[in-house]
Amino acid sequence: MNSILLMTLKRLSLGVITLFVVSLIIFSAVEILPGDLAQEVLGQTATPETIAAFRHELGLDKPAISRYVSWLTNMIQGDFGHSLANGRAISDLLSDRFSNTLFVAAYAAIIAVPLALTLGILAALYRNSWFDRIANITTLSSISFPEFFVAYILILFLSVNNSFFPSLANISDSMPLSEQLYRTILPAITLTLVVVVHMMRMTRASIINVLASPYVEMARMKGMSPARVIVFHALPNALAPIINVIALNLAYLVVGVVVVEVVFVYPGLGQLLVDSVSKRDITVVQAASLIFAGTFILLNLIADILSILSNPRLLNPR
Amino acid sequence: MTICEENLTSETVKQDTQADSLLTIRGLKISALLDSGWGEIVHGVDLDLKAGEILGLIGESGAGKSSIGLAAMGFARNGCKLTEGEIKFDGIDLMQASEKQKQSLRGARIAYVAQSAAASFNPASSLIKQYCEAPIKHGLMSSESAEKEAIELYKKLNLPTPDLIGFRYPHQISGGQLQRAMTAMAMSCKPDLIIFDEPTTALDVTTQIEVLSAIRDIVREYKTAAIYITHDLAVVAQMADRIQVLKDGNTVEIADTKTMLSAPKEDYTKSLWAVRNINREAKQQSVEDDYILQLKNISASYGNGTQNVLHNININVKRGQTLAVVGESGSGKSTTARVLTGLLAAGEGEILFNNKALPLNYKKRDKETLRHVQMIYQMADTALNPKQTIGQIIGRPLDFYLGLKGEKKQARIKALLAQVDLDPDKYISRLPGELSGGQKQRVSIARALAAEPEFIICDEVTSALDQVVSEGILNLLDRLQKSLNITYLFITHDLSTVKAIADEVVVMLQGKVVEQEKTDVLFAPPYHEYTKKLLSSVPQMDPNWLDNLLKQRQQERNQS
Repeated sequence: MNSILLMTLKRLSLGVITLFVVSLIIFSAVEILPGDLAQEVLGQTATPETIAAFRHELGLDKPAISRYVSWLTNMIQGDFGHSLANGRAISDLLSDRFSNTLFVAAYAAIIAVPLALTLGILAALYRNSWFDRIANITTLSSISFPEFFVAYILILFLSVNNSFFPSLANISDSMPLSEQLYRTILPAITLTLVVVVHMMRMTRASIINVLASPYVEMARMKGMSPARVIVFHALPNALAPIINVIALNLAYLVVGVVVVEVVFVYPGLGQLLVDSVSKRDITVVQAASLIFAGTFILLNLIADILSILSNPRLLNPR
Repeated sequence: MTICEENLTSETVKQDTQADSLLTIRGLKISALLDSGWGEIVHGVDLDLKAGEILGLIGESGAGKSSIGLAAMGFARNGCKLTEGEIKFDGIDLMQASEKQKQSLRGARIAYVAQSAAASFNPASSLIKQYCEAPIKHGLMSSESAEKEAIELYKKLNLPTPDLIGFRYPHQISGGQLQRAMTAMAMSCKPDLIIFDEPTTALDVTTQIEVLSAIRDIVREYKTAAIYITHDLAVVAQMADRIQVLKDGNTVEIADTKTMLSAPKEDYTKSLWAVRNINREAKQQSVEDDYILQLKNISASYGNGTQNVLHNININVKRGQTLAVVGESGSGKSTTARVLTGLLAAGEGEILFNNKALPLNYKKRDKETLRHVQMIYQMADTALNPKQTIGQIIGRPLDFYLGLKGEKKQARIKALLAQVDLDPDKYISRLPGELSGGQKQRVSIARALAAEPEFIICDEVTSALDQVVSEGILNLLDRLQKSLNITYLFITHDLSTVKAIADEVVVMLQGKVVEQEKTDVLFAPPYHEYTKKLLSSVPQMDPNWLDNLLKQRQQERNQS
């Protein structure tokens, strides 16, 4: 078990280093964005003097490196700073939005992961059958469209032509959970349609890959049913790649929702990010990007560790 | 051949009338998906098995014995199909039976023991869980009684700590133990018939004995009928009541074991029985103390270096001779080769090549020394790049070591191919996938020769090949040695190969050299204690060999 702990610590420190590199990239990317916050806030009529005074007040006239260092040290201490546009504390601004984003991501994941695994296992069981082909074609075509298109199609059919679900996913904390789930069902379905195919195809492929191994033949020789052979003998040995793809997709559910949130006017982190970019609210953009990056790295870290743990040789050393 | 087959059929029809027939196969034809489409690989084979009888199926690779064994369970591997014939198990027609019906037979009434136990156990589940699966799922036992029986069987099969071993995972126990655990698993439902598909081929001789005697005792105790598939005659002589010889998907001969061993009728059977025929003349004695290679006090370890796998090894190799390194798996034979080539840098000691010290790490050796030590591998399949033509494979060392280009290189490639008895014009532009196992090994030899080395390490070069083909390879190596004065270090676990080609032998055990002797001295008494155990473990054709040996070892144990 010690070796597993050691490995986890190693991965964790690698994750921290990655996050540091990402923070550098985010900062410099934002730095080279065209446009200027002071100009944006004060409008076209502002005189150069007022703009310069405003920039000085916000600390934008300091050199980039010193701004980066103070930003990073504040971040490490948990101080996300204040929005440049309206002066509110970024941590307040983000916390609501981020929990909303996590809510809809978790919602989609709870639908998508079991669906993908079941479809993948069934497709492996009945490979090259009509079921396999139809599952492949439908999931592949749903991912082939851009997600905003999928979102609008869903709105058209489920909300405009038949008013089953609301097209605007505006939720607040005061709503009961059932109401929240009802209002966010369209974004959740959209996200599900986008992520299910990767997980399903990887499940199918890695199970089929394992089906050629002698222990699967042995299970068949013991008279086990095809379903049992796949679920008990093939799947546990095919987990590592499946876990990795699931983690990548979960990360996408959090990070990739930007467009979907905008379509459904959902008050999530993605929406905030888009708004802040158009307002040149640099500090918010930086903080939001860093949170996205952190989520992505963390989920991949967990996948790494889980897929290593899924190897029985490591769990049960000699 | 056809007359002979007709005779056999009439003979077997007579047997068929007997009431206690458990399995009858008539005119079984099996097709396989080959490169050129479906082709027949088994051409109408008959087989009979009575309850409680053990039938040995013997033949070389490609004889179709595994396919026939699986067909006895109504099973065909992917890319194979049972095309014609009749398979009757206890009155049930397996050719017509539904998949459900066959499922209920498999595991419960017909069980299977595979060649590689290590690969055939599910790595993600404990042994006893896999043991209990069949009895529970076939509705024969509760999980408690299945576990109790498992421990009982583990005890009978002489597995260490039978109460606990079942709760371990496949990677946690050794190959010989795994093979016995798999036999226990096959026994779990007390089947009427077990198919043993080369169960000891992957084991070394000392482990093989334990597994053979365990299998035989348990099969006798439960009066289980068995089909024992192997290519090793001496093994089948210990196990089978009757032997059926197969060649290229046809039956050659059937007889009970004693008759088959003492009076084989067919020429093919006789050729299998014949002792290895390797034309080897005595070499002229090389000058005493003319060593091409010396290992002095070599110790080596893998990983972080805490545990040595080689302990203080001393080996001397004389110029122009063949030195065989023998030992069971895990004895450090292959590690010695890796140390020699410098792929694994030894922790301590010295390697002298032509009386000059070699750097221990290959990265520090110059091109010239690298050129003089070449290697031929066990698996020619994986040692040749499947995307390169034979010409490219052999041309690479010519270019790299000798700087040959263009026409000179082509001419040299052709000469090398001719040297290993492959038609140059025919093979130079082929890919390895188009060659047979023996031909691939010849290409590996040509590649090693291309560097014009003084010294070649042969790592189990014939153990993946069947007897006839490996004889050809050994003869070729011997001829090349004479004409080119090359020195071989020959790693093998097959003692008959050693007898056939080695001048001197090093016996290794647990990372240490037990003894180094001239071959004729080693194979004659007085023996070193471990060498004696190793030699006596090689199966003999005598059907009573295993009984006698076990009795003798028991006596020795009682004395001591």
